[in-house]
Amino acid sequence: MNVQDLIKNYGSKTVVDEVSFQVPKGKVLSLIGPNGAGKSTVMGMISRLVARDAGIIHFEDKDLNKWKSKELAKKLAILTQHNNVQLKLTVRELVSFGRFPYSGSHLTKEDKEIVDKAIAYMELESIEDRFIDELSGGQRQRAYIAMVIAQDTDYILFDEPTNNLDIYHASNLMRMVRRLCDELGKTVILVLHEINYAAFYSDYVCAFADGKIAKFGTVEEVINKECLHDIYKVDFEIINVKGKPLSVYY
Amino acid sequence: MKYKSTIILFIILIILAIMSLFMGATDIGISTLISGEKSIYSDIFLLARIPRLLAILCTGVGMSVAGLIMQQLCMNKFVSPTTGATIQSAEFGIALAMIAFPTMGLAVRTIFAFILAIVGTLLFVFFIQRIKFKDAVLVPLIGIMFGNIIGGITNFLGYQWEITQQLSTYFSGSFSLILQGNYELVYLVVPLIILAFIYANHFNIVGMGEDFSKNLGINYQGILILGLSISAVITASIIVVVGQISYIGLIVPNLVVLFKGDKIRGTLIDTALFGAIFVLLCDMIARSIIKPYEVPIELIVGSVGSVIFIIMLFYKLNGGRKVAVNEQ
Repeated sequence: MNVQDLIKNYGSKTVVDEVSFQVPKGKVLSLIGPNGAGKSTVMGMISRLVARDAGIIHFEDKDLNKWKSKELAKKLAILTQHNNVQLKLTVRELVSFGRFPYSGSHLTKEDKEIVDKAIAYMELESIEDRFIDELSGGQRQRAYIAMVIAQDTDYILFDEPTNNLDIYHASNLMRMVRRLCDELGKTVILVLHEINYAAFYSDYVCAFADGKIAKFGTVEEVINKECLHDIYKVDFEIINVKGKPLSVYY
Repeated sequence: MKYKSTIILFIILIILAIMSLFMGATDIGISTLISGEKSIYSDIFLLARIPRLLAILCTGVGMSVAGLIMQQLCMNKFVSPTTGATIQSAEFGIALAMIAFPTMGLAVRTIFAFILAIVGTLLFVFFIQRIKFKDAVLVPLIGIMFGNIIGGITNFLGYQWEITQQLSTYFSGSFSLILQGNYELVYLVVPLIILAFIYANHFNIVGMGEDFSKNLGINYQGILILGLSISAVITASIIVVVGQISYIGLIVPNLVVLFKGDKIRGTLIDTALFGAIFVLLCDMIARSIIKPYEVPIELIVGSVGSVIFIIMLFYKLNGGRKVAVNEQ
């Protein structure tokens, strides 16, 4: 995926200003930055949920807008935080929706096997017949991820997946993201608020500030004192833990 | 067993349907029917009682499925043809047709009712989508207000053109005037429900939200408009034939969801059967309390329905508060 000169305006305010970057295939890329820096809007545009005002998003040799919605749904999946959680659907019914772009309402035997595998992968077998509105936040998040796994796309996008999760569930989720990349070969893009999750679990980091890319690079290139100070305007201490740069701020 | 509830509901419905056929001012025994003689009794049976039963079944099935679809698509358990301005819009359409084409019959009224019901429902839904209410109870309240405004305009037109009386008899839901030859329009409910069944999973996915639908490659607005139009046309065709019957679309789907969950493919048939049973029961009550006369069914459905609606409101409000406490 290749992004060039992306622009988005809300009214007279430019929230994303000529953003260009290339998504490394088969790696985990985290988008970080302060509130209002434009990272979530960029995520919205590369996942076709938000219309862009200018720029090119090249996805597998074709512009993103040229893709048929259903075909794109087999290549790229996005998980946002704004889903209706009031519905009485069972975990299995939710995960089965992941096969919708392939088979519509009629699941084949192969689809059912893929759904089984996704449920097993997220260790949801014991709660697969429970309704999602009765689950805890962490369980529900796992159910949504199982659905995305069943969707079987090369690219998986997560918009602030650790929001509303406690430390235990959030770190479990980040380990799961790592597994999606390492074991299943997925390309994962995340929008994250927690810099340390980005540092510990991603391969590349893209830092935004004021609608522009402040820095794009490997974890070591971005997560350092000078760079973080430029982006967040706060003093950081960097401690090396298990070979990763842990940032401390107060 | 997966289909246990469906089978039980089906058996209850069959028993009630047979009971309903042999209920009424004229006593008709089975023996008179099988004797095969063409008589006044078999005429009553074929021209009045069977059409009445079929109209009741279509009404119960149609209104509850229309409510089910609207609740899913709007992500709100309190939206229904009654609380989503659909009924009032359809009535507005009928009033317009009566004024503009007083000599034309059912066909013109039907077309007006269909168009206005669709337009009114879509307007309401796009309005509540723009505003994005946080409180689930506010949405039906806005819908009731919106419906009352449209009803007010209809009343005004009624006074202006002196058709108030005509309108009020037309709108008050009743099965007593159903005869062979004037009710067949309600059969439209059947193909529309089949269509709803085909798109059941689409409606479920749209009910999960716009981002969720787009991620799965579904045309969110298109499915929303399709589903709401199906609901509106079902409602309008029932109003044209039977008149207004409130609350069914609101309470029946909510009661079934408690037991069966929200997967439409799983609940649609149960909702339809339960709706038919509910209307049939109310009709039998309406016919027996002041025998040999009958009260309009809207009276029975309205009073039973409003009580259940209030209980539901309290139940939801208490439930909501409990959830908030648990999260802290």
